[in-house]
Amino acid sequence: MARSVTTQHKTIATVAAWIIALLIFFPILYTIITSFKSEQEAIQGFNLIPSGTFESYTEVQAQSGYFKFFLNSVLLSVGSTILALLVAIPAAWSMAFSPTKRTKDILMWMLSTKMMPAVAVLFPIYLIFRNLGLLDSRIGLMVMLMLINLPIVVWMLYTYFREIPGEILEAARMDGASLWNEIVYVLTPMAVPGIASTMLLNIILAWNEAFWTIRLTTTDAAPLTAFISSFSSPQGLFWAKLSAASTLAIAPILIMGWFSQKQLVRGLTFGAVK
Amino acid sequence: MKLRTLTLGLLSASAFAFAAHAESITIATVNNGDMVRMQKLTEDFTKANPDIQLNWVTLEENVLRERVTTDIATKGGQYDVMTIGTYEVPIWAKQSWLLPLDKLGDDYDAKDIIPAISGGLSVDGKLYAAPFYGESSFVMYRKDLMDKAGLKMPDAPTWDFIKQAADKMTDRANGVNGVCLRGKAGWGENMAFLTAMSNSFGARWFDENWKPQFDQPEWKKTLQFYVDLMKADGPEGASSNGFNENLALFQQGKCGMWIDATVAASFVSDPKNSTVADKVGYALAPDNGLGKRGNWLWAWSLAIPAGTQKADAAEKFVSWATSKHYAELVASKEGWANVPPGTRSSLYANAEYQKAAPFAKMTLDSINAADPTHPTVKPVPYVGVQFVAIPEFQGLGTTVGQLFSAALAGQSSVDDALKQAQDAATAAMTEGGYIK
Repeated sequence: MARSVTTQHKTIATVAAWIIALLIFFPILYTIITSFKSEQEAIQGFNLIPSGTFESYTEVQAQSGYFKFFLNSVLLSVGSTILALLVAIPAAWSMAFSPTKRTKDILMWMLSTKMMPAVAVLFPIYLIFRNLGLLDSRIGLMVMLMLINLPIVVWMLYTYFREIPGEILEAARMDGASLWNEIVYVLTPMAVPGIASTMLLNIILAWNEAFWTIRLTTTDAAPLTAFISSFSSPQGLFWAKLSAASTLAIAPILIMGWFSQKQLVRGLTFGAVK
Repeated sequence: MKLRTLTLGLLSASAFAFAAHAESITIATVNNGDMVRMQKLTEDFTKANPDIQLNWVTLEENVLRERVTTDIATKGGQYDVMTIGTYEVPIWAKQSWLLPLDKLGDDYDAKDIIPAISGGLSVDGKLYAAPFYGESSFVMYRKDLMDKAGLKMPDAPTWDFIKQAADKMTDRANGVNGVCLRGKAGWGENMAFLTAMSNSFGARWFDENWKPQFDQPEWKKTLQFYVDLMKADGPEGASSNGFNENLALFQQGKCGMWIDATVAASFVSDPKNSTVADKVGYALAPDNGLGKRGNWLWAWSLAIPAGTQKADAAEKFVSWATSKHYAELVASKEGWANVPPGTRSSLYANAEYQKAAPFAKMTLDSINAADPTHPTVKPVPYVGVQFVAIPEFQGLGTTVGQLFSAALAGQSSVDDALKQAQDAATAAMTEGGYIK
């Protein structure tokens, strides 16, 4: 009896999970469907069966070179992630293994900066970038993306590091390991799964960031978010083209997310249950 | 082998020297058909000017506006040519943010620019932006539905006629709405239409002392007429409809009339995208017999920010893109119907253009009917037909647009919307120092 209830619960839970997943994924699915419609079809209301034209993809590719934007997206997301890890690993180490009275407060404060509306600091950041000659530069944007995502990266790594027994690090220290060796040769290898999932999440966040990547770039450093933005039009029909541009922009990260979903889920739920 | 290496080296060195010498200019623009076409045709410019390279930044209109404003206000120097509208030009020129265009070349023929357009882009007699394409607004209507209703659209209709025609053409059972008008909130969306419409009702945003006028009977008549007309004959969910939504409705045969930008004529008459392409007629924007019509005036124009280091190259480009030669280039490659409209008088005198664009005369008449310096019946302290050319207008116009959009959606009454608009405008004008 108990077994049949469990099975029934499982079935309900699975169906509910599928429905929720489909609801969440539906906007992306509809974007992909719309990209295979003509502009006329795209505007004619809800329709799940496209005519299957590649017209929008051809036009999008002819209008602006996709690969230049794609390359910038890859460089910015990977570059900013590496920078973030370089800063966050030592920060998370100190918070996890040498906490002070204020560690929790610092962590909360770091996270609270994520709640500030970005537009509030647009002008100061723009002026700093202008004065440092960083407007439309990949380096400048990598630093910006690193700073935006740093609170999340530190938080995630802090959660992983706290799961590692401090005794192992102590043992390394007793064997004469320096601080550098302790972090690089003892802590990091043990935290590889956590670091990998943090890295994946950070790449996704950096790839999707649209406020700063559009506002601090013009041509040289413009990533795929700027590519998508260029297909919205004040006068004229553009839904199919915009959908094609969006599909091209999200495809790489969607594929990456699909293949690394196990690590991502594990990373996000790590430490949630003890 | 040595000779080959030497030759390759020399070639690389000369290529490097050329690249170092070539000046690249960055052009910020919006994504519309005419601008995209220009990007495809720039080979004509770069062939004649091999020392100038062009970089394009295409952005959504609101993002473009925000980005170029940030850049120009902070002297960021990211752009050498900016696509801006008739709203920004007088404000930015007065702030000395734009360079006057006085080196457009001997054969540019600036006098050929339609006076209403050049007037909106000039300050103290100096041209600060060259129009790439200009537009007014007019009535696009279904000739077949008008015949069915037993009416004939006059060349210059009144609002009463529009109401009468809309009532007769509305056939909700068959999905036909008598009239489609903008309802989506925004200073460039519903407020462009409603401000232009209010001019024909004798309303104005401010009196000569910058006192807001939403508490005057002219605004009440305007907004009440608009809300009543749309409730009786407009499409469902009209408060969310902007240019693109109404374009789609009209192209699908769901609107008897549509009063909007003249540039829409080329879309609704395009048989590839419009199911009613051969059934569309055009008329001037309506009036109320007060001497002003409800049409606006807008020009997407190319301007050079004062912070650029490449002013000469930028002005060469602006001259090319807005020249008669460019119009001929487009005509030779893509036909006269695709030439950017509304900027040069000579285009409207061209028999081939008149033949290819049946809406040409009505477009020119509409543009000529708008006067940015005397937009409405009573005197005003501002410039602009469908906007008020002051920096505060973007925010205020959108706030008022939201109030009027809510009135259209039935979330508030016309009286409440006008009262709140009056309060918001008074607060903004007091804060801005216009009202002492």
